[in-house]
Amino acid sequence: MQRYSIWSLARNALTGHKNWQAAWRHPEPKSHYDVIIIGGGGHGLATAYYLAKEHGITNVAVLEKGYLGGGNTGRNTTIVRSNYMLDDNAHFYEHGLKLWHELSIDLNYNVMFSPRGVLNLVHSDAGRDAAKRRGNAMRLNGIDSEYWDLETIAKKIPDLNVSKNARYPVKGGLMQKRGGTARHDAVAWGYARGADARGVDIIQQCEVTGMMMEGNRIVGVETSRGPIKAGKVGIAVAGHTTQLLNMAGLTAPIESHLLQAMVSEPIKPTLDYVVTSGAAHLYVSQSDKGGLVFGGDIEFYNSFSQRGNTRTLEHVTAAMISLFPRYAKLRLLRHWGGIMDMSMDGSPIISKTPRDNLFINGGWCYGGFKATPASGWCFAHTIATGEPHPLNAGFTLDRFERGYAIDESGAGPVPKAH
Amino acid sequence: MMLIPCPWCGERSENEFTYIGDARRKRPDTSALEVSDATLQAHSDYVFLRDNPKGWHQEYWQHTSGCRAHFKVERNVVDHRIRASVKADEELPTFPEGR
Repeated sequence: MQRYSIWSLARNALTGHKNWQAAWRHPEPKSHYDVIIIGGGGHGLATAYYLAKEHGITNVAVLEKGYLGGGNTGRNTTIVRSNYMLDDNAHFYEHGLKLWHELSIDLNYNVMFSPRGVLNLVHSDAGRDAAKRRGNAMRLNGIDSEYWDLETIAKKIPDLNVSKNARYPVKGGLMQKRGGTARHDAVAWGYARGADARGVDIIQQCEVTGMMMEGNRIVGVETSRGPIKAGKVGIAVAGHTTQLLNMAGLTAPIESHLLQAMVSEPIKPTLDYVVTSGAAHLYVSQSDKGGLVFGGDIEFYNSFSQRGNTRTLEHVTAAMISLFPRYAKLRLLRHWGGIMDMSMDGSPIISKTPRDNLFINGGWCYGGFKATPASGWCFAHTIATGEPHPLNAGFTLDRFERGYAIDESGAGPVPKAH
Repeated sequence: MMLIPCPWCGERSENEFTYIGDARRKRPDTSALEVSDATLQAHSDYVFLRDNPKGWHQEYWQHTSGCRAHFKVERNVVDHRIRASVKADEELPTFPEGR
């Protein structure tokens, strides 16, 4: 791997930038791998990277049906945080946040991680109690969290409508300063480059069409580029997890729903934090290019369409304008949709499956991007050792039937939480 | 924006409706005094598991901002085409494969 540094930049500048290596190879698939990861998004590539780096397993292929990072890795709102209340989620996402803070150095690739702070707005007395309770739970777990009162918020976020007569009157907010945003494409590309340098084959335009089974054991996959044998197979295709599990004869506690997001035309720096509101169904941040990146809730009906309907677009935009009236005159530059694995408790699944040598990483609801490093790290451990790491021991596929749901919102078994 | 055909009110805007969920799930009979492991498993599967097909999907909707009736719809979850809707206690018609 050609290392990126100020010296390599200077050297290549002097030679007209003609000698940069490709960041990863485009190999033909081999007939057998020790591990096959299905899905070349952030999670799949991170899994391959940590398999090679942490566990020395390098005879690995990542199979991607489209192009790298072309699914949900390229369709999110890039928010990174670890402000969860329940222990399983708190420790897992906090491990991820620690990896995020070191990621650019670890990968030798600038993922543009920007720990600018994530603020969850509170709009009611009950909401304030819930936010403070969650903040206290976070601090007991060693995770940073502070409560901001209205005066602080009004001073720090002058664009926000803090009028008592606002549709969603702001009472305060829970701030996690170590959270922020990162550059989504760079995360996929950085992990791809790091994995490729350690010998992992990244095979794009290669769709998995079936599982090869001997008894209860998975021994390989059928693909659009021919059959490939494998010692172990990991699924990291959130959005289509149920389709892949069906190929192995399994049904999952997951429904696929559509989530859309949008970005405004670029403007001068105006919003210093990631601001979210559960009551108004909104999260917004300003990208480094100046566009306001924002999104809201899922469409609440099953969908594989990868494009949003106007009802939700209007709802999210109305929420944005009610909280930030001065953004009303901005024009939308783009909006897009992605398919979410909505699990039955709002928490992910990183687990063994009832099939030997088949592992699953899915059920990310709308929170998969921030989990990318921790997800890959834990999934690599689970695949390499055959057993989950303590950090993902709770995220099992069978936790629902055993009564161990990780239900952060306390909403019962519905595919709507996150 | 979808136009959803309510069996009572005709085609109305998606905004008037609330999605309820998969209409093919059937609550297993758990009335027996002795509950077997198979019954428990069937009930757990009913509560948590979903077929989640990528294609035609039979589902319940409620006309919340209209007549408030629940009814069944068969919708393609890839492109949102709707090919049938019936009252909640009726069976959706069967269609030849691929239509």
